[in-house]
Amino acid sequence: MTFSNDASFEVSRGDTLTRLRAVLPRHCLITSEEMLRPYECDGLSVYRETPLAVALPETEVQAQAVLKVCHELGVPVVPRGAGTGLSGGALPHSQGVVLSLARMNAIVRIDKTAQVAVVQPGVRNLAISEAADPYGLYYAPDPSSQIACTIGGNVAENSGGVHCLKYGLTVHNVLRVRVLLMSGDIVELGSEAPDSPGFDLLALIMGSEGLLGVVTEVTVKLIPKPECAQLVMASFDSANAAGEAVAAIISAGIIPAGLEMMDKAITAAVEPFVKAGYDLDAAAILLAESDGTHDEVEAEIARMEEVLRNHGARALKISQSEQQRLLFWAGRKAAFPAIGRISPDYYCMDGTIPRKHLGEMLTAISDMETKYGLACANVFHAGDGNLHPLIMFDANVPGELERAEQFGAQILELSVSLGGSITGEHGIGAEKINQMCIQYSADELESFRAIKRAFDPAGLLNPGKAIPTLHRCAEYGAMHVHNGKVPFPELPRF
Amino acid sequence: MLEQWRERIAQAGREGGVIQLRGGGSKAFYGQDAVGPVLDTRVHSGIVNYEPTELVITVRAGTPLKELEGALAQQRQILAFEPPHFGEATVGGCVSSGLCGPRRARAGSLRDFVLGAQLLDGNGKLLNFGGQVMKNVAGYDVSRLLAGSLGTLGIITEVSLKVLPAPEREQTQVLTLPQAEALTTMRHWAGLPLPVSATAWRGGELRVRLSGAATAVAAAAQQVGGSTLEASLAQNDWLQLREQQSSFFAQGELPLWRIAFPATAPLVAVDGLINDDNTLLEWNGTQRWLRTQMPAVKLREIAQQAGGHATLFRGGDKSQGVFTPLQAGLAVLHQNLKREFDPHGIFNPGRMYRDF
Repeated sequence: MTFSNDASFEVSRGDTLTRLRAVLPRHCLITSEEMLRPYECDGLSVYRETPLAVALPETEVQAQAVLKVCHELGVPVVPRGAGTGLSGGALPHSQGVVLSLARMNAIVRIDKTAQVAVVQPGVRNLAISEAADPYGLYYAPDPSSQIACTIGGNVAENSGGVHCLKYGLTVHNVLRVRVLLMSGDIVELGSEAPDSPGFDLLALIMGSEGLLGVVTEVTVKLIPKPECAQLVMASFDSANAAGEAVAAIISAGIIPAGLEMMDKAITAAVEPFVKAGYDLDAAAILLAESDGTHDEVEAEIARMEEVLRNHGARALKISQSEQQRLLFWAGRKAAFPAIGRISPDYYCMDGTIPRKHLGEMLTAISDMETKYGLACANVFHAGDGNLHPLIMFDANVPGELERAEQFGAQILELSVSLGGSITGEHGIGAEKINQMCIQYSADELESFRAIKRAFDPAGLLNPGKAIPTLHRCAEYGAMHVHNGKVPFPELPRF
Repeated sequence: MLEQWRERIAQAGREGGVIQLRGGGSKAFYGQDAVGPVLDTRVHSGIVNYEPTELVITVRAGTPLKELEGALAQQRQILAFEPPHFGEATVGGCVSSGLCGPRRARAGSLRDFVLGAQLLDGNGKLLNFGGQVMKNVAGYDVSRLLAGSLGTLGIITEVSLKVLPAPEREQTQVLTLPQAEALTTMRHWAGLPLPVSATAWRGGELRVRLSGAATAVAAAAQQVGGSTLEASLAQNDWLQLREQQSSFFAQGELPLWRIAFPATAPLVAVDGLINDDNTLLEWNGTQRWLRTQMPAVKLREIAQQAGGHATLFRGGDKSQGVFTPLQAGLAVLHQNLKREFDPHGIFNPGRMYRDF
């Protein structure tokens, strides 16, 4: 499969490389085909493209020089962190330079009193919490890729994690960024003060998928590590009942630190590996975590237990040790690889829906399994309605890929029609660019393009991603009319 | 109603006119002076959708903030950023001004709770950004950009806000401490897993509000020390602070300045101009209110040296600029965005900065 990037440029590879060599040390520029290969894709490996070159600046000055050269020559630039993104946001442009920030990976400062960390964009998410640990502090957003993903990438994607209902997304935990615009100009957005004068451009750049600027330094908020955490695991006879129990917890005035759901197909897949003692007869399992002081956790766990029992929990286990808490989590965290073990291919969706429609969505997905003749296992960030249905198929069986695509299409369509979004945390990137035409009107997409113009008038930063052109939507729309349903070409399998 | 507004926008665009967006007028004092004929948003009012278990409320911009908070209170929920009303506030004005109350240091700022917004832009296009879900990374986060934009990018017609459960229990402790020690103490607490939901220091007295589960609040009160303020008194005190009705704000003629500081900013004292008597600290010392005649340039210098910024909040001479001037690169981005959203310069011109 290929991603048809509709942004094209007149570029001379020779001139570009000559100019880049003049501003970068030899070891900071990759140009050989063999060495370029690892940069052909990000976490969405189904899309691949070879860039002209990969620039690996070690300083902000070098990164700035790369942008200035590319700006002058009209060469597109694709920023890249660790390349763990799941929507092809860091997919190279065939006429462009990949700007990897991976070598700008210094922790500049950790301030215990101010509770902030100032880090370069290539610092890994988990490395921030590790560095803050001696001070009793941590960085809250914990995307599942946190061992590898970088904070620069987190800013680009506005990454979440399993604790974001209580602790927020990247946008809620970043105080300030230094940004290189495509022109090479540097701006600072936000500050360590509670707010900054003017528009909230810091919020605007969060999740902008590398289309507005290149982050060269990030100040994140650190928060005190909770004294303790405890987990309730509850099993239910139906996914609907589990969904209703989630609503009941919220109704009771509780915001759990984590609230995750797994369906029967997931628990069946993970239990043989993690041996967490999941209830394999349950249609759905809820994991509800409480953190805080010992008093807070004790009180909250007791209340959650009561609510869950009153709302149809058929069995309930409360973690009795830190070891057991982590064991209960282990299956949730191993969900993707476990599905990968039992199915040759799977396709991961990322829609969000208002929580109240969880039951409806699950029922619909279950009907779709019959309709398309494919199994689907579901994990949910149930607290915030972010679904990751994993559609299982075998690409070697004729027709299965197409059916998986249609299956996924129908889920996304339903997400939008239920008042949700086509992506909760993985981003649009290359993957869902066509579906943007479903979620937003032509006028809304035009105002996104207007914002792009305000930051990058030449349109050179990560072109062709995240915000579709009018032309792309027109073509897509035409197909829509022709087939009488929303088509989903180029769906990935990873 | 929106059709009529569209027509006004089109007319203003054709005739080179401007529109002054206004809800209840409760924040008319804030920002540079508003000019032009008023468009009263209060005619577009009402709660569109409120799902307590979704933690989301969607309201039209002209809805009285009181009405929204009343609906939430019935379900024991709150706007966690505790916005000040300053009178008959509307939700649209609340979001446009971006102002937050005492709980902000703990709970986050207004924009953290904006999930979606509907906007009429300068071309009269009705646009929906974000949505009613907690997580949505499709497209740029325009709804948060609108928070605090003072109506300069268009007419916010509807917003979706994240709401939170009201705390089970609140208790306020009072400690007698000089300013320097109060600053250190608040910072110390902020580094501990304590349920501190508001702090305020004024005239040698530090008040700290604890919110959460009853047992946790009781335990924290032990740790914080001081004496417990009677509940109804405490509630009234925090409300007066939020609404700037206490004597510090309400009395005297001196201009009111707001300085936003990083957490570690030092105590500020300037002979005859800034001292304990004309200083009020909030948000662990990151929001400081000053009643002073000190010239804007000097105050901004002090603020910027410590990494903060100073706003002329009420009174004083607005010709010196209400908000801290933008650094050149940022100013260009602001002008570009303004031009894209409001190409004819119709909405609240000069309300934030005089040049757009």
